[in-house]
Amino acid sequence: MNILAPLGRTLIAFLATVGRLAAFTARALSHAVRPPFYFGALGRQMLDIGYYSLPVVGLTALFTGMVLALQSNSGFARFDAASAIPTVVVLSITRELGPVMAGLMVAGRIGAAIAAELGTMRVTEQIDALVTLSTNPYKYLIAPRLWAGLLMLPLLVFVADIIGVFGGFLVSVYTLHFNAADYISQTWKYLEFRDVTSGLWKAAVFGFIIALMGCYHGFTSRGGAQGVGEAATNAVVSASILILVTNYLLTGIFFAAP
Amino acid sequence: MLPPESPAPALAKIALTGLRKAFGPKIVLDGVDLAVNPGESLVIIGGSGTGKSVLLKCLLGLLAPDGGTIAVDGEETTHLSGRKRTDHLAKFGMLFQGAALFDSLPVWHNVAFRLLGREGLSRREARAKALATLASVGLGPEVADLAPAELSGGMQKRVGLARAIAARPDILLFDEPTTGLDPIMADVINELIVKSVRELGSTALSITHDMASAHKIADRMAMLHEGRIIWSGPKREIDHSGNPFVDQFIHGRAEGPIHMQVRGG
Repeated sequence: MNILAPLGRTLIAFLATVGRLAAFTARALSHAVRPPFYFGALGRQMLDIGYYSLPVVGLTALFTGMVLALQSNSGFARFDAASAIPTVVVLSITRELGPVMAGLMVAGRIGAAIAAELGTMRVTEQIDALVTLSTNPYKYLIAPRLWAGLLMLPLLVFVADIIGVFGGFLVSVYTLHFNAADYISQTWKYLEFRDVTSGLWKAAVFGFIIALMGCYHGFTSRGGAQGVGEAATNAVVSASILILVTNYLLTGIFFAAP
Repeated sequence: MLPPESPAPALAKIALTGLRKAFGPKIVLDGVDLAVNPGESLVIIGGSGTGKSVLLKCLLGLLAPDGGTIAVDGEETTHLSGRKRTDHLAKFGMLFQGAALFDSLPVWHNVAFRLLGREGLSRREARAKALATLASVGLGPEVADLAPAELSGGMQKRVGLARAIAARPDILLFDEPTTGLDPIMADVINELIVKSVRELGSTALSITHDMASAHKIADRMAMLHEGRIIWSGPKREIDHSGNPFVDQFIHGRAEGPIHMQVRGG
């Protein structure tokens, strides 16, 4: 019984957290789709999540594409299938690595920043001040971040896809001595529209998850600087785990069907 | 039971009746009865952790009380939501203990926040009004475009006061307005509070444990102890209250019926 008690407490605590998160999400969504809309705040968040994340996401995509080409070459050369490298690179990048790597990088950069900012606003009573100024914090703080995450991650991933494929192209042509025209031709040959769109849908979901986790942990943080630090950590960890789990589920939905 | 000096709840600007709030097993407010006259400045005194801030947060709807009623202008407010709560909150201006200025916005935008939002003024009009309000609290236009973090604590409090009064609210709330300030700056803030309340004709409710501040800004004082109002009356009577709890508190004595908690919870 003594062994089961802590397990039970952990389970109850977990379910309570899930319940609070579900209630927060429902409330945030209901405010996100109803006016008033704060377009200035939305613009700032889109700039922060999209434009300012571009360098880190671009670099990640570039090196991911380059490594993918190198690894594919070393593996495929064993059974004389090096010609598949362009296809492997483009499919891996567009379907999986582009959205997942971008999602994880943005979770680290933006998820933590949102949680820290909202957490600081919470512990310094700025969120209470918003309420006293007749402004709904769900509409002013949460909704713009959710919309920005949802809209900007697909754009970021689209750019990351191009940069990632270009990284594979660079290594293949200049290190592995592929013919540039053949590489490009091979890249297009087996690429389907849904390979790209599935990655972009994933990106939209990941963007929503990142913003939601940042907002939830920041908005509900307590206890001063330590609480804000915990909120930032929890936002990144929970967003990262949810991205990986959701990626599996979405991949099953998009590609498991015959 | 309301003390005999208090206005009848129906005539009061703010009337709290039997207000209760607990956090888990800890009872913070245990049946607070309090009424504030229109145009009056009431200061609630009490030690740290006696529930003064919780009382203000319940009044604003930032915390939901467990029991009792809160009436503003005779209207029960504890169950307001949505648009009605937003309209209700428009009656209030609040100066927070740490000023609670929005870090991401320049000073003028902080002051003009409600003017730009709820009041719907243009940026030009709102900025002009913000500059005029800043001037009324002794701050020049040179601070308007600074970030709050660039200001001293006293200047932040002044900006917080300017933000609270910018939309000329009916009711002003002050949460520990002089905490963390040197005595001179504290007196400057007290003077500004008195001036603002008088000029706007607002009803003011302040909480503080700074007796110098309380004497300066109060028409009437009330003392909160162990979740209840244990004394209230005109400020001139507090020195002769005959209440040992009040006497110990206002003279800052360690010995007396009030035993300070050394641990939370």
